[in-house]
Amino acid sequence: MTEYCGKSVFEGIAVGKLKIVRHDDAVAVREQGTPEEERNKFYAAREKAVAELQALYQQAVSSVGESEAEIFSMHAMMTEDADLEDAVLAKIDAGEPAAQAAEEAGFELSQAFIRMDDEYMRARAVDVIDVAKRLGGYILGKKEEEIVLDEPSILASSDFTPSEVVRLDKGKVLGFVTTFGSETSHTAILARTLALPSVVNIRDSIDMPFDGKMCIVDGFSGKVIVEPDEQTLSLYLKKKTETDAARERRQALVGKKSITQDGREVHIYCNVGNSEDVKAALQNDGEGVGLFRSEFLYLESEDYPSEEKQYMEYSRAAKLLEGRLLVIRTMDIGADKQASYFKLPREENPALGLRSVRICMERPQILYTQLRAIYRASADGNVAAMVPMIISVKEVRWVREMAEKVRADLKKEGLAFNEKMQIGIMIETPAAALIADELAKEADFFSIGSNDLIQYTLAADRQNQALEKFVDTHHKAILRLIRYAADCAHAEGKWIGICGELARDLSLTAFFAACGIDELSVSPPYVLPLREKLLSVNASQTDLSEYIK
Amino acid sequence: MSFEYVIKDSLGIHARPAGLVVAEAKKYQSAVTVEAKGKKADAKRIFAVMSLGVKCGDTVIVTCEGADAEAAYVGMKAVIESNL
Repeated sequence: MTEYCGKSVFEGIAVGKLKIVRHDDAVAVREQGTPEEERNKFYAAREKAVAELQALYQQAVSSVGESEAEIFSMHAMMTEDADLEDAVLAKIDAGEPAAQAAEEAGFELSQAFIRMDDEYMRARAVDVIDVAKRLGGYILGKKEEEIVLDEPSILASSDFTPSEVVRLDKGKVLGFVTTFGSETSHTAILARTLALPSVVNIRDSIDMPFDGKMCIVDGFSGKVIVEPDEQTLSLYLKKKTETDAARERRQALVGKKSITQDGREVHIYCNVGNSEDVKAALQNDGEGVGLFRSEFLYLESEDYPSEEKQYMEYSRAAKLLEGRLLVIRTMDIGADKQASYFKLPREENPALGLRSVRICMERPQILYTQLRAIYRASADGNVAAMVPMIISVKEVRWVREMAEKVRADLKKEGLAFNEKMQIGIMIETPAAALIADELAKEADFFSIGSNDLIQYTLAADRQNQALEKFVDTHHKAILRLIRYAADCAHAEGKWIGICGELARDLSLTAFFAACGIDELSVSPPYVLPLREKLLSVNASQTDLSEYIK
Repeated sequence: MSFEYVIKDSLGIHARPAGLVVAEAKKYQSAVTVEAKGKKADAKRIFAVMSLGVKCGDTVIVTCEGADAEAAYVGMKAVIESNL
């Protein structure tokens, strides 16, 4: 039994024979002609490669759709690129055979992408290598090998190229395992689209002798087990039967409301990291977005993101949601999320340091720009803003004043926005929870950030694994704070949600419903399991004292 | 002949629009360059254009020089404005 561990891109269990796909890097040595002859080989191969890519494009349009297919017209253009041509010709003139020249030139060009600071662009290095390999293959007169599957299999490789993925017999693929590759690779995107349990980036290669052996992909933990012993195998087969049955059962809940046995409706929203994730939220039947983390806009750029860039992103998410609520959390930089251009001073204790709204109060322009973008997006859908790291009424009032200025400026400039856009706050410090009665008068809604609330209440760093045994997420102190905040919100006629990981803890669902929590926000795959749980609980018959006394 | 343009696409000049820009530039005899953040790229070369790493909010300067510069200017402007 051999175990590997990587990043899961789709939750579920796959059990089946392992098929290892090798990409032979070694270029067979063939007779080498004169530079003139090698040049001709290159041009002839290029023509064939482009023709093949155009055919792949057509095939992909019908099997995966226009937008996923565009990769192939891109590849055709890359194959014909003059920079690649120049590099290959220079190598041929220096005495290299054409095939080797093509692969090397591709590798060198890919390095420029690997060095780029943008994750999307870095991922394009794979495309360049794919292009060069195809060229090299044609020069040697070999066609790219198609992956032939005799029976349903789990596919493992260093990574799969888009052209391999599109030609796969999708009915025979049980899951993917890749050595490299990120959650944004073509393999990961396809795995999610086809709902195949898959694990990427195991940072180890699965050896050839394992080809054809029994394999388990655990898309919950990111584990891959090859040649499992009988006990493990039967355990996973049982788990697979259960999860498959549960998935089917839950599919019946799509489109239903989440109402407890005693008739209390709790909305289930999703936590997302960008506008692309909104699609996953909708696919999983999320009723809205309860937490849109805006940090990525700050983390992936080299300078403060412009209003326009932010607006485009928020507006796209708002439009995708078609009227469902979109709660955008304002910048939560600091502590474990650092962007170098902020030039934040080094802190002894960053979790208790200058972060989120505190940075904004020191540098008001950041919040001004962000609020402008959020307000403008409020014209394109049902948008709300939410401010993290609140500890007193002072910060909420400061944000409200800023919002007022933004509204006045936008009006002057004649830009559209929603005058009544809600501005809520995160309850993630014990201080905020304990003065929730006062905060409820100032904010339009509350959202409990349970991860930070737990770390601050229990004085236990959530990134320190050694502390795990001290962190009781059901600690009465935390549950009492949540209940108090809920009571305070309702006393002022405001709504309260939970957007931390605690929201998906099914052993607390009854407690949350009994506290009158109005909304639970979870990552997309947890929407239906949570709805199933909510349908089974009875809020009025839940004894709160069991949880907090 | 040249024009300036501020990129509005949230992903910047990523793969798809880069392809469209290059395809358009290739239609003309004129030399077409895209300049951003002090770096210049031949608009007929896809790797060069993508390597500029142009992001949303960046300003690009597109220059067309040659016999059909006027047509290239109109064509490039149209492609960039409608895709970026």
